[in-house]
Amino acid sequence: MKLLVCIKQVPDMESRFKPDAAGTWYSESDLAWRMNEYDEFAVEQAVQLREKLGEGAELTVLSIGPDRVVEAVKKALAMGCDNAVHIQDPAAALKDPWQIASMIAAFAKDRAFDLIFTGMQSQDRGSAQVGVTVAEQLGLACTTTIVGFEYDNGTITTKRELEGGVKGVVKLKTPALVTCQLGLNVPRYPTLPNIMKAKKKEIVAIAAAELLREEPLTTTASFHPPAKKGGGIVLEGEVGSLVDQLIGILKEKTAVLR
Amino acid sequence: MKALLIGEYREGKLLDSTYELFGFAAQLGAESALLLVGNEAQLPAFGGTLYLADAAVCGEYNPDLHKKLVLEAVQKENPDYIIFVHSSYGWDLAPRVAAALKTAQISEVTAIVSGGFEVGCCNAKMRRTVKQNNNKAVLTIQAGAFPALQPGGTPQLQRLAAEGATTLEFIGYEPAEKKDVDLGKAEVIVSAGRGVGKKDNIPIIAALAKTLGGELGASRPVVDAEWVSHSHQVGTTGQTVSPKLYVACGISGAIQHLAGMKKSDFIVAINKDKDAPIGEVADVLIVADVMQFVPALTAKLA
Repeated sequence: MKLLVCIKQVPDMESRFKPDAAGTWYSESDLAWRMNEYDEFAVEQAVQLREKLGEGAELTVLSIGPDRVVEAVKKALAMGCDNAVHIQDPAAALKDPWQIASMIAAFAKDRAFDLIFTGMQSQDRGSAQVGVTVAEQLGLACTTTIVGFEYDNGTITTKRELEGGVKGVVKLKTPALVTCQLGLNVPRYPTLPNIMKAKKKEIVAIAAAELLREEPLTTTASFHPPAKKGGGIVLEGEVGSLVDQLIGILKEKTAVLR
Repeated sequence: MKALLIGEYREGKLLDSTYELFGFAAQLGAESALLLVGNEAQLPAFGGTLYLADAAVCGEYNPDLHKKLVLEAVQKENPDYIIFVHSSYGWDLAPRVAAALKTAQISEVTAIVSGGFEVGCCNAKMRRTVKQNNNKAVLTIQAGAFPALQPGGTPQLQRLAAEGATTLEFIGYEPAEKKDVDLGKAEVIVSAGRGVGKKDNIPIIAALAKTLGGELGASRPVVDAEWVSHSHQVGTTGQTVSPKLYVACGISGAIQHLAGMKKSDFIVAINKDKDAPIGEVADVLIVADVMQFVPALTAKLA
């Protein structure tokens, strides 16, 4: 059984984001990078299935981007993926979801993956389009936002997370693609021996130009902070003084402190 | 300009979010048609063309058949925009429709702006203005971002049917876990977010809730990490609340959380990140380490 998990490397979301020179995405200076949080759940689920299947199963991790994304790929290898593909694209951030999905689909097309895992969205772009679009381009069964996953002999039983805490139980047969929601499992931390073992695993590099055939369908005109709502007060300073200021405000503005 | 709006049913009921589609279409200045996979007993008052398929036949979650139905309505209507709510239904179906039409999709639109549509990015800390490169676009709109609008009138019904093999089987709904706390009735909610650091710190947040005579709430990551049970979760997948006072402790303010608490009368946020999106809805943002500030506040109030 051949498994694929697609991951993205994103900035730490606690970072302060500044527009780049073109004003259409964030500047990459002074950012710390990590694996997209949704993708950590996708990798964990793929690794759990790979371990359950044992011999004969193969799990590939794929990422698109500049050389820095190899760090995220190495983490996925240390979590338990067997091998990796790095689609080298220094300009990945300028591609739209349709193009990114098309590159993944072009890679996967003749490789007969039985099951593809992705995060439900990225933390930075957040389109929630790439996974579903890959499935559509490859003609795979697909369900999204899963918080439960079981696999038995070609049949996948998932729980989709719906609004208000309700879940939808969905069954599908391989070949399939699922997009993973936060809370699906508990992503493992790579252990030191597994980090060492991962260093020997193969990372195949493919140039983006070999896979990219599609023009973008959307254009980003600008990247900017949200308009300030106004009215909100921002308080900074020493804790004791902040406590007194807040109590004063609550006494004045709310009926909660009596 | 024409829009095809895709409404949503859950367990036989038309979802209120469908009216936000009308509100959005009105802002867009579009003439709307509506597609529903639902039932005739539950139709909105709407004076335009309503394409109706029977959910008893096509299912409430059956993306293969629903995609076919949307594409059929698109063919009849030739809309400029095909519009979904950015919900578990919308973000699942919209990319399938966009891929079939090979047309632009713009996800989770928060505003209509000059030159395109504004969408959130970077965990809602930043915004992008996005435009489509072709003359047709699929849009999903952020839940709660546009006012609900009841258009009124009687629809001209056009029935649609779809059949054929489908690649997945919907087994059924699993109800939400029973709640051991009803946050909806609380006058004060003090919520813990990832910024509290670890499970051992939860009692410190709970102590402030108790001192203020309120209940403990939580953001999603705290519930996922099992620091607090799901019945305390505030947000789209938890409870929607509107207390007199909401205190967000170490919560960055993901859209799903904001949607569940932004109608609170007064919001205090404690966060060491001055740019955290929780600041967008907070009446007071205290820039401080939550584990230093909260115990000091509790001690002073006690």
